[in-house]
Amino acid sequence: MGHSWGSDRTRKKLNLASILVYGFMYIFAIVYMIPLIWMVRTALIAPDKAIDLFSISWPTLGNFKRILLAAPFGQYYINTIMMVFGTLAVQFVLITMAGYAFARLNFWGKNLLFLLFLTQLMITPDVLIMPNYSFMGQLGLVDTKLGVILPFFASALGIFLMRQTIKTIPYELEEAAKMDGCSLPRMLVQIYVPLLKPVYIAFGLISSSYQWNNFLWPLVMINSVEKRPLTLGLAIFAMSYETGAQWSDVTAATLLVIAPLLTLFLIFQRQFIESFAHSGIK
Amino acid sequence: MWSGNRYEVRAGCPILSWIDRMNHTTKKKWKISFLAWGLILPSFVFLVLFTLYPIAKSFYLSFFKDNLSVSIPAFIGFQNYLDLLQDSVFKQAFMNNLLVAICTIPISIALAVGMAIFANKVKFGKGLTRVAFFHPTILPMVAVADIWLFIYTPMYGLIGKFSPDLRLLGSADTAIWALIVMLIWKQAGYVMIFYISGLQGISRELYEAARLDGAGPVQSFMHITWPLLKPTTIYVTVITLTNAYKIVDHLYIMTKGGPGNATNMLLFYIYQVGFDFWDVGKAAAMTVVLIVMLLVVTAIQFFVQDKRTFYS
Repeated sequence: MGHSWGSDRTRKKLNLASILVYGFMYIFAIVYMIPLIWMVRTALIAPDKAIDLFSISWPTLGNFKRILLAAPFGQYYINTIMMVFGTLAVQFVLITMAGYAFARLNFWGKNLLFLLFLTQLMITPDVLIMPNYSFMGQLGLVDTKLGVILPFFASALGIFLMRQTIKTIPYELEEAAKMDGCSLPRMLVQIYVPLLKPVYIAFGLISSSYQWNNFLWPLVMINSVEKRPLTLGLAIFAMSYETGAQWSDVTAATLLVIAPLLTLFLIFQRQFIESFAHSGIK
Repeated sequence: MWSGNRYEVRAGCPILSWIDRMNHTTKKKWKISFLAWGLILPSFVFLVLFTLYPIAKSFYLSFFKDNLSVSIPAFIGFQNYLDLLQDSVFKQAFMNNLLVAICTIPISIALAVGMAIFANKVKFGKGLTRVAFFHPTILPMVAVADIWLFIYTPMYGLIGKFSPDLRLLGSADTAIWALIVMLIWKQAGYVMIFYISGLQGISRELYEAARLDGAGPVQSFMHITWPLLKPTTIYVTVITLTNAYKIVDHLYIMTKGGPGNATNMLLFYIYQVGFDFWDVGKAAAMTVVLIVMLLVVTAIQFFVQDKRTFYS
């Protein structure tokens, strides 16, 4: 009797505690979104209304019209898209080839090579801006979009993801293909590539996020206005404003830069989150 | 030597007879190695050109005095490194990196664990909570810097509305803390998804058994959840630690390392020294310091992780 009374009390305590904790977390989640919401709101309101914290007015696209005239964001978009897809195209081919070799073949120097690729996971080309910049100078690739994306063509992360996934594909498929007299390139393209689609998507999301958001390296490499990617364009645009009244423009520009990835994310939440979770290679 | 039948010729020529004595397996391995290297070669070329060679070059250049005051680089041994020890900006940047690491890592992890448990358990609005916590991850750092620069702006910003004279980024005492808050905001969601994965790997039955034994939620966490999440914790510690050294985009937009180098960090100082002052030797020496720190972190993870996976 005393025992059940005690556990009733414990259950009631737990319920109150859980309500408090759950409630707190829900509020915390909402608070977590405040920076973004605040920015979107300022971007969509006329400049004079924006200064007043609690004013509510109709959303307007006037800010966007203004900034598109002030800076060539359209060109920035094209540059970024070219860089992202250019990198991805090369990466897909390279990681498939190297991933297959590491997964299926036993060869001289395999472990050493693996270790060398591992260093790229820690020491990304971003950290090596100085030596890479001078090397680009020697190659004559400074101030070119190619120069910006070239260091990223080899992706250790992609190779490792490929290797892990290819290992899960039954070897029998390859044996059957070999018995049918299939050549290696044909086998890679017709058998492996279709099966590796999830990895391409996962890696594609991670790599394109990285390239889209890359800033320091393009900052160092690009001088001409017309070659700037969005991150660079946004930073320089934001720096040219000082007072509070121009925040409408800066937030509009920021929204313009993050809109595609954010929309993609909202639609493909699951894929995004799973892709990033799988970038954890143990 | 070249006369006689085939076998006599081969016996006389050492290399040919060596190849003949190689058995079928070794020949096959040669063929396979050739093929494998062929497949890996393009990636390897880029790896060497843009990761390995720059690392080596940094080491090499760090031993030279190469700035605007000399016309040709002069070999000076370890002098660049000794000068770094005297450089107050370098010391400040180094300390700031440590400060950022020490503050952002435990707090990001603690928040992430809480978020992950919440996102896992909650029934209403599961997707929304994940979006809420994870969305900062996919935003470019410059955009995050813009957003928070706006929040921190005196008078017009979100915080400025309630406290108009508060100059968080303008004062040397508060600037770095303001940045740390922003960095945690950006990072916690990314760490959260690793913990969500980790949590899903823990069997429900363990919790059932604990509940039957009368364990409360705190005890379940301390004795089941947290220990079983150790591998995840090790992994995210490495990730957040390297991030603390690699992320400097926000400095360009928000403080440029100021006020008075109060927020300067290693990679940004390398950028300043290399591209504003053109002191190649010094920048190379600092790059080496950065590389060594990152490699040390990797090595630690390697050894710690192996032991733990063995025991768990």
